[in-house]
Amino acid sequence: MIRFNHVTKTFPRGGTGVRDVSLHIGKGEFVFLTGHSGAGKSTMMRLMYADYRPSSGDIRVSGFPVGGLTPAEVARLRRRLGIIFQDFRLLEDRSAEENVAFALEVTGARRDSIGSKVMRALTQVGLAAKATAYPRELSGGEQQRVAIARALVNDPAILLADEPTGNLDERATRGVFQLLRDINAGGTCVVMATHDLDLVRQVSYRTVELREGAVVFDSGVDEPRDGLEP
Amino acid sequence: MRLLFREAILTFRRAPLLSALSIITIAFALYVVGLFGLVALNLQRALKQVEERVEVVAYLLRNTPPETVALASQEISAFPEVLSVTYVSDEEALRRAQSGLVEFKDAFRDLQVNPLPASIEIRLKAGFRDAAAVRSVADRLRGYTFIEDVRYGREWVEKLDHLRNLSGVVVLMIGLAFAVVAVVIIGVTIRITVLQRAKEIMIMRLVGATNWFIRGPFLLEGAIKGLLGGLLSAAMCYGSYLLFRGNTEVAREGLVFFRAPQLVIGVLFGIVIGLGGSLVSVGRHLRNV
Repeated sequence: MIRFNHVTKTFPRGGTGVRDVSLHIGKGEFVFLTGHSGAGKSTMMRLMYADYRPSSGDIRVSGFPVGGLTPAEVARLRRRLGIIFQDFRLLEDRSAEENVAFALEVTGARRDSIGSKVMRALTQVGLAAKATAYPRELSGGEQQRVAIARALVNDPAILLADEPTGNLDERATRGVFQLLRDINAGGTCVVMATHDLDLVRQVSYRTVELREGAVVFDSGVDEPRDGLEP
Repeated sequence: MRLLFREAILTFRRAPLLSALSIITIAFALYVVGLFGLVALNLQRALKQVEERVEVVAYLLRNTPPETVALASQEISAFPEVLSVTYVSDEEALRRAQSGLVEFKDAFRDLQVNPLPASIEIRLKAGFRDAAAVRSVADRLRGYTFIEDVRYGREWVEKLDHLRNLSGVVVLMIGLAFAVVAVVIIGVTIRITVLQRAKEIMIMRLVGATNWFIRGPFLLEGAIKGLLGGLLSAAMCYGSYLLFRGNTEVAREGLVFFRAPQLVIGVLFGIVIGLGGSLVSVGRHLRNV
């Protein structure tokens, strides 16, 4: 699914996002990316959806070589991914269903299939009853659910979640996290960047810890340890 | 295609003020170009009217046989530069002088002998009214033995030549400058629209829209704004033309407005600028996000 082979990302204005990272995430896995702010979690995510290109090394996501993709190939890769963010990134002037439908429309989906797919995705995240509500009329947790529905509507094989609970209260966090677990249980590979260690400790999913851009711990490879660094 | 139109039209509905401002900005930018175009058009027309008066007059020796003049007139008519050849007899020349120079009426009445020679008046075709062509015709006319003198107002034709060249360069340079300014203003206007929709573009990219799919609605929107701006500027130009013509005595007779094809070109120019401005603005934005 996702393979990093000695990947380093440096920035033109200085600084290193990730350094010499090698990592393999298999089909159907749920993987946490953890670490302090600036540890390189978001850089890793952006490399995965080809928003960044590696400075050295090789990345393959769903078979796409991220380093050498043309803009059209980047678009094709992203259609196979679902991406969600801490700040939801919804269009304020469109309803929940329009936001979800947008992801289908821009990929050229057939019009007659859009309505049913949108309702299926909204039902999956438990928001079918609020399909016509605008983002400003929804709570933070509900907005993130709309974003998840938008990410799911194209049936992605991989869901990338960059701090999806960062803006949510505890209750909403639990709800969104459970939703991500359900999605993973359905066979979708989920990669979730988070610094919420309480959440990480609740489950026994694979955890990859980053520090200053390097992988310092990978529970899928290393010996288990008692606790992760705060 | 349907989505393309819907997204383009939605922009006008979501941000009517910004859309109206864009169209008005485009209209004013094109209006300035249009006004300058009107000035250039009328200047060229005035120059053309002056040009049409360019004439070569060949004065004939007295007692030149009419058949010689007729034969020569036929030859001269065959010159590639020549539009028409008119023979003016000495009597006709005197009649013209009497009616044209009324202050010398008494002097003409007392004449015992007609002092004015017969002549051939040669008008030239458009494109052959510059100093070089006129001089070339005059030189060939001097080759006829029965032609005593050839006049064409050398200095006047040379000045006209100079004015024509100068006006051509000035019209081209100022016109280009105005057009460039219009392109820049319209580009900036469209860039504001693009920035306003930066979040939408970012989301489109994240969900896998191709760059051309993202560009599509912006290009259409730019073209529609260019079209509306172009039509508005044409109406403003026409209003200014009517206002100027109505208030200016001199202009009432001579002033002309653009013909339909010229107006169509102006509106097409607006569409092309709208499209170009959108293409550049969206392209730049897509490279940066």
